[in-house]
Amino acid sequence: MVDIAFGPEPGKRPDPSRPGHAVMQAIRRKRLYGGLLLVIFVAVMASGFQVAQDRNAGAFIEGLSRLDDFPREVLSEAWANRANLPGLMWEHLPSLIETINIAAVSTLFGALAAAFLALFLTRGLAPAPRLIGVLRRITDALRAIPEIVIALVLIFIFGSGPIPAVIAITIHTIGVLGKLFSEVAENADLKPVDGLASVGATWGKRMWFGILPQVAPNWFSYALLRFEINVRASAILGFVGSGGIGYDLKIAMQWGAGKYDQVVAIFIILFLTIVLIDRLSDRVRQKLTHGDAQ
Amino acid sequence: MTALALTNAAPILTRMQRRRWMALSVPVILLAYLAYIALAFDVPGLVQKARMDNAAILVSDFWSHKVHVTRDNRTGAVVSAIEGEAKGTYPKGTHPDWVSVQGDVTVIDLGGGHVVTYDPAGARYVVPGYGTIDITRDGGGVKVTAPEPLPDWINVAPNRVSVTTDHGRFAYSRSKVETFRYFAGWELFFFTLDSPFSGKSVGELAGLALWGDRVDPARANIVAMVQDVWTNKMWRHADVAWAIFETILMAVLGTFGAAVVSLPLAFLAARNTNPVGPVRFALRRVFDFVRGVDALIWTIILSRAFGPGPMTGALAMLVTDVGSFGKTFSEALENIDEKQVEGIRSTGANAVQRARFGILPQVVPVLASQVLYFLESNTRGATVVGAIVGGGIGLMLTQAIQTQKDWEEVAYYMVLIVLMVMAMDSLSGWLRRKLIRAE
Repeated sequence: MVDIAFGPEPGKRPDPSRPGHAVMQAIRRKRLYGGLLLVIFVAVMASGFQVAQDRNAGAFIEGLSRLDDFPREVLSEAWANRANLPGLMWEHLPSLIETINIAAVSTLFGALAAAFLALFLTRGLAPAPRLIGVLRRITDALRAIPEIVIALVLIFIFGSGPIPAVIAITIHTIGVLGKLFSEVAENADLKPVDGLASVGATWGKRMWFGILPQVAPNWFSYALLRFEINVRASAILGFVGSGGIGYDLKIAMQWGAGKYDQVVAIFIILFLTIVLIDRLSDRVRQKLTHGDAQ
Repeated sequence: MTALALTNAAPILTRMQRRRWMALSVPVILLAYLAYIALAFDVPGLVQKARMDNAAILVSDFWSHKVHVTRDNRTGAVVSAIEGEAKGTYPKGTHPDWVSVQGDVTVIDLGGGHVVTYDPAGARYVVPGYGTIDITRDGGGVKVTAPEPLPDWINVAPNRVSVTTDHGRFAYSRSKVETFRYFAGWELFFFTLDSPFSGKSVGELAGLALWGDRVDPARANIVAMVQDVWTNKMWRHADVAWAIFETILMAVLGTFGAAVVSLPLAFLAARNTNPVGPVRFALRRVFDFVRGVDALIWTIILSRAFGPGPMTGALAMLVTDVGSFGKTFSEALENIDEKQVEGIRSTGANAVQRARFGILPQVVPVLASQVLYFLESNTRGATVVGAIVGGGIGLMLTQAIQTQKDWEEVAYYMVLIVLMVMAMDSLSGWLRRKLIRAE
């Protein structure tokens, strides 16, 4: 038996007089490696943090005591002017709607383009299988460009406004959703497609009637999740230079003391919107992926 | 049988009717929404507002550069400068080989027969197939003599004449006369003009590096080359490399820091590891709050406390991710197989041992792959956060965009960012596969 397991050559074999010794040794070795990895991880994190702190304007420990200075200053001023808050929230509602619209339009365009793209990326469905490799690399590149890069470049051409943000977020969304959609489509059952092909359906009809009904719930759920992420992204893009609530926030912040009630009003409506959208999409996605029969 | 069919038919028919209505109404609603958006975002106004000349500058800058040959009309001094920048100015008295200066006369060969001459009386531009555009100083203004009628690529104003051809651009005003010649590629990407290796071909450089005499007796040629590229003042390769490193550092510190912080918190927020309900509830609301407040707001609050820099960026990402990790980690903990925990419990293990040997082995692959997913998206996020907190490649990029002329640098940074994100993407994908298979 030992020969079968370890080969005929004499060499290292388990010592029968010490049962479990080999196992214990293996465990010890594994623990040693695990421990070493942990030490390396901690060392890398600590030195990395040190480097980051050296390059920072303020140090960590000093900053910690100042952490609540700004929120306290803002909140106390807002509390003093709390009567203004509802009015200010109402005043900033149009920009909030603009932010949501930016996210919605770019998710819509992005999802439509991604749905089309995904079919071209999926083996077994693509009308031109030779292009799959190239198209996947393009999708990777679309995903890799941060929105801010495209937005800032487009602001130079179009001037600041919602359109640069829409284009930037759409491009990124196509990249992300294209990949996710194609992963879903890969798991689709091909029998309906074969059936449709046997009656002479064109590629478009095969996809529309054979694949789309299978993947629609998952695709829709991913698109919703993306919408949620895009709302945040469009708020950030506004802060960096394109319209919406982020821009209002930047203006109010630059003004500094005296407009903190405005800052708080914007914080509140942005927070409520994000939480609300988060909840809604969570619920809808639950229904879509687990079926509403439950 | 028929009765059954009839009773079944009605609901099916109404459902089909409903589907038909849906199929019709969804596109109509979408179109209506898009029409509203087109109005709300002022798309027609945008078309008029769009600066297509800016777009042209941007696109040509992305892949080409220009050399300015400028004469100051008051002093008569002629200077050649790449992109008109001080860092790209040719040393005094030297010019590119297509510019010849003899006394007061400067001859600029733009290629294809286009020749510009500066002389004390003014300047001349010979355009093949059209003729000579002769410009002379005339009291306070300038006088243009050119074949009539003037084509639209010659622009004459009382004090200024500009000519744009596909070989270059020429502008004459009272104070100075300028000629731009365009070249493909990014200028001085490897060596600036003050380096002895500037303007040499790849073959010459290889020869110098391998067997040529030392250009600078103090350094070996290859060392000198690397140093000159690394300290290139125009492209600042050393600074860019550091900025990329800083961006990745922010992403790594933020992601793994958040993972380390949220793991114990997730144990406190999971139903099967923490029996105290109110604590669970409170923690979950904290996670919700942190996620809801959004990275942007955390970044602002933290930069007020810690000042601008990469540490602030890392902390901002850390805080935001604690919200997401806390939620997903605690959900993963609740979905484990309780049998293993019971087995460990039966040997008399305490809570920590149960967590270490019963729970962690089950969840580590799930958690690790989650963390690695975030690492990739945080690398991209670190560019944006860097632009706000002032660190890393995001800062360099926004600065280059704000100058509105260094578009070749913008293109360079964009390429680097895309490569960086793709590299982190494949690294995290590789680690994820390794982890999941090894466990």
